[in-house]
Amino acid sequence: MKQLFAALLLWLPLSAHAALNVFACEPEWGALAREIGGDAVKVYTATTAMQDPHRIEARPSLIAQTRRAGLVVCTGAELEVGWLPLLLRESGNAAVQPGRPGYFEAARHVPMLDKPARVDRAQGDVHAAGNPHIQTDPRNLARVGAALAQRLGEVDPAHAAAYQARWKAFSVRWEAAIARWQQQAAPLKGMPVAVQHKSFSYLINWLGLREVATLEPKPGVEPSLGYLAEVAARLKTSPARMVLRAAYQSPRASEWLAQRADIPVVALPFTVGGAPGTEDLFGLFDVTLTELLKAAQ
Amino acid sequence: MLRPTLLVAALAAAFPAFADADLDALRSELKEMKSSYEARIQLLEKRLLQAETQAPNAPAPSPASAVAAVEPAPQQETASNRFNPDISLILQGQYAQLDDIEHRHITGFFPAGHNHDVPRGFSLNHTELVMSASIDPYFSGYMNLALLDAEVSIEEAWFQTTALGNGLTLRGGRFLSGLGYQNTQHPHAWDFADNNLMYRALFGEAYGNDGLQLKWVAPTELFMEFGAEAGRGANFPGTDRNMNGAGSTVLFGHLGGDVGVSHSWRAGLSYLQTRASDRDSEIDDLNDVAAETLFSGSSKTWIADFVWKWAPNGNATEQNFKFATEYFSRKEDGDLLCVDNTAGGGACTDVADRYKATQSGFYAQGVYQFMPRWRTGYRYDRLDSGSVDFGLNNASLPVTDYAPTRHSLMLDYSPSEFSRFRLQVSQDKSMESVSENQWFVQYIHSLGSHGAHSF
Repeated sequence: MKQLFAALLLWLPLSAHAALNVFACEPEWGALAREIGGDAVKVYTATTAMQDPHRIEARPSLIAQTRRAGLVVCTGAELEVGWLPLLLRESGNAAVQPGRPGYFEAARHVPMLDKPARVDRAQGDVHAAGNPHIQTDPRNLARVGAALAQRLGEVDPAHAAAYQARWKAFSVRWEAAIARWQQQAAPLKGMPVAVQHKSFSYLINWLGLREVATLEPKPGVEPSLGYLAEVAARLKTSPARMVLRAAYQSPRASEWLAQRADIPVVALPFTVGGAPGTEDLFGLFDVTLTELLKAAQ
Repeated sequence: MLRPTLLVAALAAAFPAFADADLDALRSELKEMKSSYEARIQLLEKRLLQAETQAPNAPAPSPASAVAAVEPAPQQETASNRFNPDISLILQGQYAQLDDIEHRHITGFFPAGHNHDVPRGFSLNHTELVMSASIDPYFSGYMNLALLDAEVSIEEAWFQTTALGNGLTLRGGRFLSGLGYQNTQHPHAWDFADNNLMYRALFGEAYGNDGLQLKWVAPTELFMEFGAEAGRGANFPGTDRNMNGAGSTVLFGHLGGDVGVSHSWRAGLSYLQTRASDRDSEIDDLNDVAAETLFSGSSKTWIADFVWKWAPNGNATEQNFKFATEYFSRKEDGDLLCVDNTAGGGACTDVADRYKATQSGFYAQGVYQFMPRWRTGYRYDRLDSGSVDFGLNNASLPVTDYAPTRHSLMLDYSPSEFSRFRLQVSQDKSMESVSENQWFVQYIHSLGSHGAHSF
């Protein structure tokens, strides 16, 4: 018993002095933290690309990881309102509570789209702060990255210079990649698309696509067959070139509609890990553009 | 004698002049400020206009300016950051098709206080009003009121630390104890229309307490949580005893984790120790006449709980499954007085003697969401009257080896995460020689900023 206690005592301070533990709510922020933090951080990603970030359970494993975190990086804008507050409350970790340097909300650093004029549950799952799926525009990742590099330096001043250096190097590569993607995507400009959920507003805005239909009658509300038929009828007058859905979403609705309207369904990775080849942020947009261009041909 | 009056007169004459000069200075300062602010506002408006035309509608042409084009505007605070508390209201009601049974009880068990019998036909369940907010950087607060006709009961009202750190959280006030699994859930979060037999026999509804709770989460990958509570202990199985110090203590520990990406689990062990003084319960004696008993002594309860959840790829939106089971063992030891009821033909004659009982029970339930919005579930309840010794009162009170059981089957439909309708049918054999088929149709709606539900 005594030995066990001594071992526990010895091991606790050791783990405390290891790399900075970063708890990332979504895979894109985990990937970004890895790019900026390198070996100085240990990143735990709470969700995968196959999970709906609106609907995550506050599992015991997530509470345990929140307890260990030195920095929590999440989207904010109420995306995680169903589970993150509980993790923070149950973790007993003072450093990552809202308002402390250890709590970072990405959505606070980008201009938000789709801000509802009316916030009422009758409108479905609306977010007062705007559409939270900001990671589908690579320019937003750059904005968040700059703020995250700064924050990492505040939380872990010993590595502040290293974070800035890694961020600068990443930023140069990222800007070059954005230029490349925008060039590649030139033919997509003005292309009409239908979306399953309002997951791609930022991507559509970035590439200058046109969103002509949403399959969900209200955000977060599953479409009924009757409503899908309505959408299909509407697509006859203003046709779309393709239906976009995120990897985690059920293919049923989009495939039904695509068959009716005779257009392809494009399952976009939506975030890091959503498709083969999307192991990092560069891969995420490489694959996204390849899929879009393939379907547009 | 004259001097003060002179001084006052002089001051009176001088002061308005002073004031005038001061006012003029102030006025000119204000004017300056106004004009400078107007200029600044104009500048800001111009910049806003520029920003609006540059972004975010048009994709920026050159990548270098792409990021710099839009100055991130300060974003709206997230919901929990506002000054107003988060308020939510739970509307819950049901239709129950039940047999007409006068004295509902669980055979072999003392009725646990606070037991709301479900009325037959249409009725309103609890209407719950919940408020919560951060108090300051160090505390958060929570309140849950249950509204009933001509009655408001404070189910919970507590503060909790948020700044202790090191995995420690201290909670104080009235709260639902952290023991077991279902105990911290309010009725609207239950997976079935009514309470399981185990919690009904143990606490009536759930074990609440006025006191303190200290909880610690270990800094490990495996979820490890340990808690201790000390409280008033006024609720069943204890009683209010008009004393200083702690009337009840609770210890609990939980472990939990994931198995792969699709499975997660939590297991726990809890211990409740409390004392009762003249705990008043009504049971039927050997002559089938209602008898009032008064128990004074100790009550010790162990609870083991286990929860396992499955969702394909960890995505519970389409399909998911939840299994939960809890087991308890309770020991009570003390004196029991059976109040004289011979006048009504009863068997009790005011005899007080040693009472010793060891009783146990469990429930197990599975809930399966087979498609979005639809869930079905089955629950099995079983209690064991165990060994009960009334001492001399064995001559007047019944000792039974009957095992109360119940099967429940439910189907629920949730148009959104804020509304739910439920149909449940139960075969209830909680009373010896009564087998009752019960039907429930229930609705649960939540208005406002409904907080997250725990695992």
